[in-house]
Amino acid sequence: MSLFKKLFAKLSRSDISASDLLELELLLIEADLGADVARKIIENSKSRKSEDFLESVRTTLSESLSKKSREILHDSKKPTVILIIGVNGTGKTTSAAKLANYLKNENKKVLIAAADTFRAAAVAQIQTWGERIGIPVISGNDGADPAAVVFDAAKRAIAEKFDYLIIDTAGRLHTKDNLMAELEKVKRVVEKVIPVSEILFVLDGTTGQNGLTQAQIFNESVGLTGLIVTKLDGSAKGGIAIATEAALDLPIKFIGTGETLADFSPFDSAKYLEDLTSL
Amino acid sequence: MFDSLTGKFANAFTALRNRGRIGTGDIDELCGEIRKALLDADVALAVAESFVAKINERAQAALPQLRQSTNQSQAIYAIVNEELISILGGAARRIRLAKNPPTVIMLAGLQGSGKTTLAGKLAHYFKTQGDTPLLVAADLQRPNAVTQLSVVATNAKVPVFAPEAGNGLGDPIKVARESLKFAREKMHNIVIIDTAGRLGVDLELMNEAKAIRDAVNPDEIIFVVDSMIGQDAVRTAQAFLDGVGFDGVALTKLDGDAKGGAALSIAQITARPIMYVSNGEKLQDFDLFYPDRMASRILGMGDIQSLAEQAKQAFDGDTAAKLESKFVEGDDFTLEDFLEQMQAMKKMGSMSKLLGMLPGANSGAMKKQLENFDEGELVRTQAIVQSMTPSERREPKILNGSRRIRIANGSGRSVKEVNSLVDRFSAAQKMMRTMRNGGSISGLPGRLGNSAPQSGGMGKPPPNKKKSRSGNPAKRAQTEG
Repeated sequence: MSLFKKLFAKLSRSDISASDLLELELLLIEADLGADVARKIIENSKSRKSEDFLESVRTTLSESLSKKSREILHDSKKPTVILIIGVNGTGKTTSAAKLANYLKNENKKVLIAAADTFRAAAVAQIQTWGERIGIPVISGNDGADPAAVVFDAAKRAIAEKFDYLIIDTAGRLHTKDNLMAELEKVKRVVEKVIPVSEILFVLDGTTGQNGLTQAQIFNESVGLTGLIVTKLDGSAKGGIAIATEAALDLPIKFIGTGETLADFSPFDSAKYLEDLTSL
Repeated sequence: MFDSLTGKFANAFTALRNRGRIGTGDIDELCGEIRKALLDADVALAVAESFVAKINERAQAALPQLRQSTNQSQAIYAIVNEELISILGGAARRIRLAKNPPTVIMLAGLQGSGKTTLAGKLAHYFKTQGDTPLLVAADLQRPNAVTQLSVVATNAKVPVFAPEAGNGLGDPIKVARESLKFAREKMHNIVIIDTAGRLGVDLELMNEAKAIRDAVNPDEIIFVVDSMIGQDAVRTAQAFLDGVGFDGVALTKLDGDAKGGAALSIAQITARPIMYVSNGEKLQDFDLFYPDRMASRILGMGDIQSLAEQAKQAFDGDTAAKLESKFVEGDDFTLEDFLEQMQAMKKMGSMSKLLGMLPGANSGAMKKQLENFDEGELVRTQAIVQSMTPSERREPKILNGSRRIRIANGSGRSVKEVNSLVDRFSAAQKMMRTMRNGGSISGLPGRLGNSAPQSGGMGKPPPNKKKSRSGNPAKRAQTEG
């Protein structure tokens, strides 16, 4: 995970040369933070004139993070509704299952709504997860109207006094206006029954600069409350997640780090930055 | 896909064109712009730098000759185009078929890159080519991946070999091995093996992929990669290259607005060609990859070649021949032909995708319109035509008020929409007649053709009569409706 191993020797010195700075900038770009963010970090860090240059890089990074809470937001009324959205293949269904499992381990009563009625066998996928975790899953048939599925789920969640309703939606590319409209409808329909407390955008940790565009457009469409970053167990540094959090003031709430249910945890920003910049 | 890269390149070139006389500094500036555009598009650093260096070198070297040339920016444009083609892998490459069938194709890639969907699209593609593909479900990890592949296979009308239910149970290596036996028995000439998604760093799964590879000895291993991947693309691709190895690359999710820079990096760094691109949720949203066409798309020159090929594929020989003979014989183009054409169009994939291949389609205003193109329009038009009786389709002039009301009710549209369709159709029909009367038989434009007066003269009187008649009822009906 560490970005700076190679630069350790150079950066712990107080006299940093221009070529060191360039190298640092390139490292930041390679971590998918993006050319603009990388430049900003370098500029900010330079102006600090700190003894420990690396420390100032860390500070700049941590200051650019969102100040919002990383806890799950609750509404006064039960159940707490969590909408899981994102583009195709980022790991929404797996994240929904992991989140359900996480909440269940906290002794909460959780219901999952399988609103991905589009992708072949997506409903079956979440149902299998539901059986493994021991959580009920409400679903329609493949091709059913997702809004109808979530409406039923919301009704049942209230009637049976669930603590949480997690809604897994179909992956959609942010460029497809009709699919974005469908998502807005899903949200509208749920909110007829009960307010949605969390709209979590699932961001693939291996995504490049497009990730920010994705989050931006989803945010404009339905209003996000936070991010789930997945696939951080690979070699990707997930810099785009940091760039997205900083640009849109959207806290990363959870991270997925593997294939089993347990590979999921609340995001610890201090630890992440520590790992990213450890020597 | 490479839209915003296209936009940035276009801006850089416009600046260059406005310069008139191009100097060394202008080329440096252009290269700086290109470098930034590439980095923003997630092109790996090393690749971006070497690409820019090459362009700079070639452009600077060409500069002395360019000074005399009137079209300096054009010449530099050509250099960039050439370098783009070479970075994208030079010539197009296709699947190598095995001498002794079946040809075995194995798919590998990260989780969520779109392997299963691509497997279905590949199978569909081979099927349309007259092959007899078999899909093999060797992703026994992800819950219900096997079910997903089965559904995809059903949609593509291709058989699937799925002896194990998956969900973590079963031995993928055994499945892969047995699939070959099955394929030989059932005479499938192509076998497509869908494997579990894995991370580049996951040794255990990488070894499993290796074991599958060794068990089936594939003719082609295709690395499936999400076009939205970032700087990690290079590391991931390298890990797969070292792990299982691969012969070609398939790029997925190109219908988003990702800048697809990763594609450039992977092609360049692994020296493996991009073979396929997938750009939508339908089975047909799949293309062979042509480096030269992609380069011209990145540079904003459109992709007419692909469009023409798709049209040829969708309009099968019969439909085209029938239309041609009708045209020549002076028969009228009817709503039935129109319906057939519409159905052929639908086979070509979504309208917005087709229009996106036109030059300039990626410019701001046009792009927005394309994205909002209402694909339902085709369906609605089709419903109206299908609500007509065969005789009405052949002779729209008999459409009086009550017929139009019936059609409107039958198709669930309003009479106004029916009227507007009939009007548009009459206009198109009229245009066809004019073309026929004026043009030669071979369809060459121009009223001066030698054969035109004769053939046109024979066909001329009846259409003119029809025209005056068909015009009136339409208007009458419109006022009635």
